Amino acid sequence: MSISKEQASYIAELTRLELKENEIEGFVADLDKIINYVDTINQLDTTDVETTEHILDLKNVTREDVVAPSLSIEEVLKNAPEQEMNCFKVPRVLE
Amino acid sequence: MDYEIVIGMEIHVEMATKTKLFCNCTTEFGGNENTHACPICLAMPGTLPVLNEKVLDFAIKAGLALNCEIQHYSKFDRKNYFYPDLPKAYQTSQFYYPICKDGYVEIEAGGKKKKIGITRIHIEEDAGKLLHESVDGTLLDANRCGVPLVEIVSEPDIRSAEEAQVFAEKVRNILEYTGVSDCKMEEGSLRFDVNLSIREKGAEAFGTRTEMKNLNSFRALGRAVQYESKRQVIDIKKGREIIQETRKWDDVKGVSSAMRSKEEAHDYRYFPEPDLVPIILSEERIEEARRTLPELPEAKQARYVRDYGLPQYDAEVLTASKATSQFFEKTVALYDEPKQISNWIMVEIPPFLKEKEISIEEIPFQPEDLVELLTLIQKGKISGKIGKKVLSLMFEESAGSPSQIVEENQWAQMSDAGELSDIIAKIIDENQKSLDDIAKGNKKAYGYLTGQVMKATKGQANPQLANQLIREMVEKKLNSRD
Repeated sequence: MSISKEQASYIAELTRLELKENEIEGFVADLDKIINYVDTINQLDTTDVETTEHILDLKNVTREDVVAPSLSIEEVLKNAPEQEMNCFKVPRVLE
Repeated sequence: MDYEIVIGMEIHVEMATKTKLFCNCTTEFGGNENTHACPICLAMPGTLPVLNEKVLDFAIKAGLALNCEIQHYSKFDRKNYFYPDLPKAYQTSQFYYPICKDGYVEIEAGGKKKKIGITRIHIEEDAGKLLHESVDGTLLDANRCGVPLVEIVSEPDIRSAEEAQVFAEKVRNILEYTGVSDCKMEEGSLRFDVNLSIREKGAEAFGTRTEMKNLNSFRALGRAVQYESKRQVIDIKKGREIIQETRKWDDVKGVSSAMRSKEEAHDYRYFPEPDLVPIILSEERIEEARRTLPELPEAKQARYVRDYGLPQYDAEVLTASKATSQFFEKTVALYDEPKQISNWIMVEIPPFLKEKEISIEEIPFQPEDLVELLTLIQKGKISGKIGKKVLSLMFEESAGSPSQIVEENQWAQMSDAGELSDIIAKIIDENQKSLDDIAKGNKKAYGYLTGQVMKATKGQANPQLANQLIREMVEKKLNSRD
């Protein structure tokens, strides 16, 4: 399996990466390598192997519905590059 | 050419848990911005989600109440999208294995009963709130990030704005009774997405659909469906192609408009959530939930008609909200006059709720007090008319019991035959003309005498007793004349 330049650009768009035209070629090659590497798994015969939805042999890990204190507003916003009115400030998005 | 509207709905419901889906932050509504947030719901690196046990109870209950098959195996997936309302850049949801499938809700619209299929119900987290109050940016309040939701997805079985509204109201009603959600529309506890398309009547294939998201009232839902279906029919008639798109409903202007395609360029790339393990539900747990499911509105209505002899209409009004049915049931348990109680709850009480802008949960008196009032009327201590005046005062703050209100205002009826007889004797003596009229067969004169008695007693004479005494004394007088 190989990846097209269009697919690479589309993935870049979905992940909000701005790539220059010449950078895309490099990503196509890298992604191709990764996909081919993962593809080797298809060589295995899995006819009698049960589908695995989760790798851990655990189920129903839950906690009780009991309120614990949240962070202080200072702690919440401590790493925010920008803030206003006790909120995280991000580039403008349309309503 | 006749056209048919085809609608499928998605209903997002905030569950009534105390804490969020994956952390112990409170879900309380209305806190100051970003005061209900912690490293987990803020998506700090290295944090791990732990599922809220209560969420499973609620999701199972919602599924059972909406006639779904509860799945023995379900799990979570990541729905990836970049939007600042979710700090993780993905929403934890259930895509491949939802917790409930294949249910239905029976509705009645346009005089016809029909079933609306429920495709699935899944658990997911709510997103934060974006504020557009800054001049040069967008602000995020993360309090709602991670609040647990159930999303109820219907089959495309809905055919009109009325059906959409009735379906939404019915789902709300059922969820309120099960306690899965507080269902407060004004707090956004319930939000509707509508997928709508048009096709020729009788056609099998669906038309191209548009989606309208986050309608937050039944009225907005109805209006949005009416507008959008008309718009699509006009476009189809003019030969214009319907574009599959997300449209924004503007409830103030009453129009829907296309969102820019880039905003809705969604490719969610769902994949299994590695941080959460599968949910395995035993048959015992599901059956236990079925046994403890509270009585749902339809069953209640049938019981009110059967056991209390109420008309179907009364039963429907009394079960329209959980609080109303609770008030009725508590009252009727103390005072065995169901129809009378129903009349007071349906007719007399609502105007005061409207005037005071309160809901039935906020009535400042107890079912016991209403029973006391009804007993005063039944025993003839006060008239029905005075009863309504007492009720109005019961809505005032620091009002006493109905008996105290009657006493303070000296509203008790004169039900003492001796005292009343003296007054009546005096009035008959003063009104010989009425006596003559009655002797001539003019029964209307009785009414005049009654009026005089009521006037003399400032309306406090027990009317039945007064009438009885007047008749007795007039007959006696006339007999003695002969």
